[in-house]
Amino acid sequence: MAIATDTRNGIGESPLRKEDARLLVGRARFVDDVKLPGMLHMALVRSPYAHADIVSIDKQAALASPGVTAVFTGDDLKFAAGVPCASNPTGEMVHPARPPLARGRVRHAGEPVAVVIAADRYAARDGADQVVVEYTPRPAAIGVDAALRDDAPRIHEELDSNVALVLTHRTDGVDAAFADADVVVEHTLHNQRLIHVPIETRGVVADWNPASDDLVVYSSTQVPHFLRTFLAIVCGVSEAKVRAIAPDVGGGFGAKLNTYAEEFIAAAASRAVGAPVKWIEERSEAMLATCHGRAQDAHVQLAANRDGKVLAMRVHYVQDYGSYLQMLTPLISQLTLLMAPGPYAIPELDVKVTNVYTNTVPTDALRGAGRPEATYAIERMMDILAGELGMSRTEVRRRNFPTEFPFTTAVGLLYDSGDYHGALDRLLELSDDQETFERRREEARSRGKLLGRGLSTYVEVCGFVPSDVARTVLGLTPGGWESSTVRMHPTGTVTVITGTSPHGQGHATSWSQIIESELGVPFADVEVIHGDTAFAPYGLGTYGSRSIAVGGTAVHLAATRVREKAQQVAAQMLEAAAADIEFKDGAFSVAGSPGKQVTIQEVAFRAWQAFDMPEGVTPGLDETVFFDPPNCTFPFGAHGCEVEVDRETGKVKITGYIAVDDCGNVVNPMIVDGQVHGGIAHGIGQALYEGAVYNDDGQLLNGTLVDYLIPSAAEVPTIRTERTITPSPTNPLGVKGIGEAGTIASTPAVVSAVCNAVGAADLDMPLQPETVWRAIEERGAG
Amino acid sequence: MKRNVTITVNGEARGAEVEPRTLLVHFLREHLNLTGTHVGCDTSNCGACTVWLDGDAVKSCTVLAVQADGGEVTTIEGISADGRLHPMQRAFHEQHGLQCGYCTPGMVMAAIKLLEANPNPTEDEIRTGLEGNLCRCTGYQNIVGAVQAAAAVVA
Repeated sequence: MAIATDTRNGIGESPLRKEDARLLVGRARFVDDVKLPGMLHMALVRSPYAHADIVSIDKQAALASPGVTAVFTGDDLKFAAGVPCASNPTGEMVHPARPPLARGRVRHAGEPVAVVIAADRYAARDGADQVVVEYTPRPAAIGVDAALRDDAPRIHEELDSNVALVLTHRTDGVDAAFADADVVVEHTLHNQRLIHVPIETRGVVADWNPASDDLVVYSSTQVPHFLRTFLAIVCGVSEAKVRAIAPDVGGGFGAKLNTYAEEFIAAAASRAVGAPVKWIEERSEAMLATCHGRAQDAHVQLAANRDGKVLAMRVHYVQDYGSYLQMLTPLISQLTLLMAPGPYAIPELDVKVTNVYTNTVPTDALRGAGRPEATYAIERMMDILAGELGMSRTEVRRRNFPTEFPFTTAVGLLYDSGDYHGALDRLLELSDDQETFERRREEARSRGKLLGRGLSTYVEVCGFVPSDVARTVLGLTPGGWESSTVRMHPTGTVTVITGTSPHGQGHATSWSQIIESELGVPFADVEVIHGDTAFAPYGLGTYGSRSIAVGGTAVHLAATRVREKAQQVAAQMLEAAAADIEFKDGAFSVAGSPGKQVTIQEVAFRAWQAFDMPEGVTPGLDETVFFDPPNCTFPFGAHGCEVEVDRETGKVKITGYIAVDDCGNVVNPMIVDGQVHGGIAHGIGQALYEGAVYNDDGQLLNGTLVDYLIPSAAEVPTIRTERTITPSPTNPLGVKGIGEAGTIASTPAVVSAVCNAVGAADLDMPLQPETVWRAIEERGAG
Repeated sequence: MKRNVTITVNGEARGAEVEPRTLLVHFLREHLNLTGTHVGCDTSNCGACTVWLDGDAVKSCTVLAVQADGGEVTTIEGISADGRLHPMQRAFHEQHGLQCGYCTPGMVMAAIKLLEANPNPTEDEIRTGLEGNLCRCTGYQNIVGAVQAAAAVVA
């Protein structure tokens, strides 16, 4: 009996998402939806000062507040270790101590000082307001310039200065190349400080069972397994006793690629009070205390010939770390260093990264994580070079694209595959020619509008990361592999357990497509389990556009092993040699006699029975693979943007956007398009609207969504998404990753367009109306 | 001092004793266990908490439960009957108008009211009409497409 196999939902198709049903009707389970018997609520007392010594903490009034069960300070809750950092690029970098609850000193406004545990969240907040903390304020260092002054207040006493780490990479011929160059252009680019703003804030429910000493933690996290490991280390408990669960997670963008003080505090508080403890972050807390991103300056010099060929690049990146190291803080500017030359064959390179502590919220990964910074700097510089040479912005790029792949950069990365000219060709095919554009530009001018268009060409690094690279190049604590289990049940359906931890990326859908393609089991018969350490062998989680290239490949390889084992069982059932068995559309048959066949579902039943198994074949169809990629992947593309600037107000409207992306082979085009749309909107936010602002005392001035503007539907244009396809040789699926490409490409493309509209060489983001208006006035562009 | 409130939620009268400061969204989530309505910002910017109160889309983080006393509230749990999705929910599914799904209930509730007021909106009218509902995942393109698709079905 053959089961008809519908292969319409395999790799390359766009089945609608399996995830949607529960999300659409309000039956998803986000962490704030978790309610446990006897559960108490936690509120934090946070430092109002950016830098201060704690003199005393008076808990009495809070303890008397209705509903309050307990108040804890850093002296009450004991931890075996501080908030962890898993990155040490040199191996010699000092990781300053960071107790989950401050002890003695606070180093940024918003740092947790005490917690209140109470019957409900209102009572907990009331109690927190009653905790009286006396501080002696200290001078604060806000911004890297202030922190690098000789007389700057020292933020960490373990260090001689506020310089956390200096990284360099230099090839031999830089000075000679600069001496020989026809042209040198020099500029400083600013990537402002950004706040992630997933619409769901952080949250955690910690349930420490005093009888069994088990700890179950629900957290809105991208990395549940890291959370389990670090809970074990920081709380001093057996990792085998800890279960971490990422339920439905309402966006991350890097904010939840971390293990936070509040997760450890909630666990310790649950142990102390003997009841489950819930903490749900308020939005103002999220702005003030969840890690931030970007906050990097780039001082760049390019040396080039008249023909546009770039001979050498000198760049000094200065990264604001904020006050402490989050999980991957040092990695971010290190990735900028690695991607400094972008998609260009720049032979000589002198890169320096100075990383600086300041009295602000720590910075860490934010969608793109170091690559947007690199891309922004080199893309803006290519525009500036084009202006200097009187060459078109496309031509100067073309003169510097590598054409042979794999391509080894001056940093030493091996770009796996690419066709950079092809992506740019496609963008230009889809865009108006210059003459048409100039005609429209004239027409717009008569309406008081300034039209401009810009572009970016980019390459990014995804598929994090070969474990040896994690160790030798990046200095990470963990490797970069991913795991997957593929299990066929007796009745022929499949459970996939993945170590990735999606929060909107649609892994349940895409992984099911991979199974259908590999095993012929219908898409609808596949269930995907993720985000629970009780199920997966271990998983490194979802970030850095790694999931499809590493996690998806692990699913594919585990399915391949299931098929190979099933083939042996099928051979026994068909009374043939395994080598003579063919597999097509979910059924095994003997070569040359297609009429006699068994389906993979029938084989699964037999493997479960384990009756008459071939010699040496164990029962069951259940395979686990740990996949360690041989290289990263390098998606690339070309984005074009057109803007209309109001001459009177400086307001920018994006009137056209074309994205040509190449992420290798595509598993689900619908999902890939959606990732590109969202990524571009995020990058537009940085270009035009977003920016966290501290005053000189270290107070965050725009700490709510009233005054920190993320784009709404009215600010985002309709985007045309196009693709070229250059498969990656790094993995058997030929996939690369797409989650961050839009963000990386769009920010410089939008700025390029605005500068083109107003006739400026460069403008500092965010390009809010005042900035653009001033640029128009200065240049008389109107 | 607690107050008794009775609100008709999704067609059923539901009463509870609440503190006067209790937000409608917490009444729904904590007292009635209707957790489909989400909280995203505390300042009425994000719209994740959008429900209908007496026929209007409101942000339930900015309404006190006592203000809704005697009123009629519809939440995301109340718009799909007999296991059938509302056309707007179906359009969000078919147009891939959601990723993480956290903003989705509020977005759907706002979008239905948008079409009630303007059954045949232009793209610009949809974009402006949904300005009070923030999404960080989708870039809004497929949300706009979903509202257009739903308009075609409803019209």
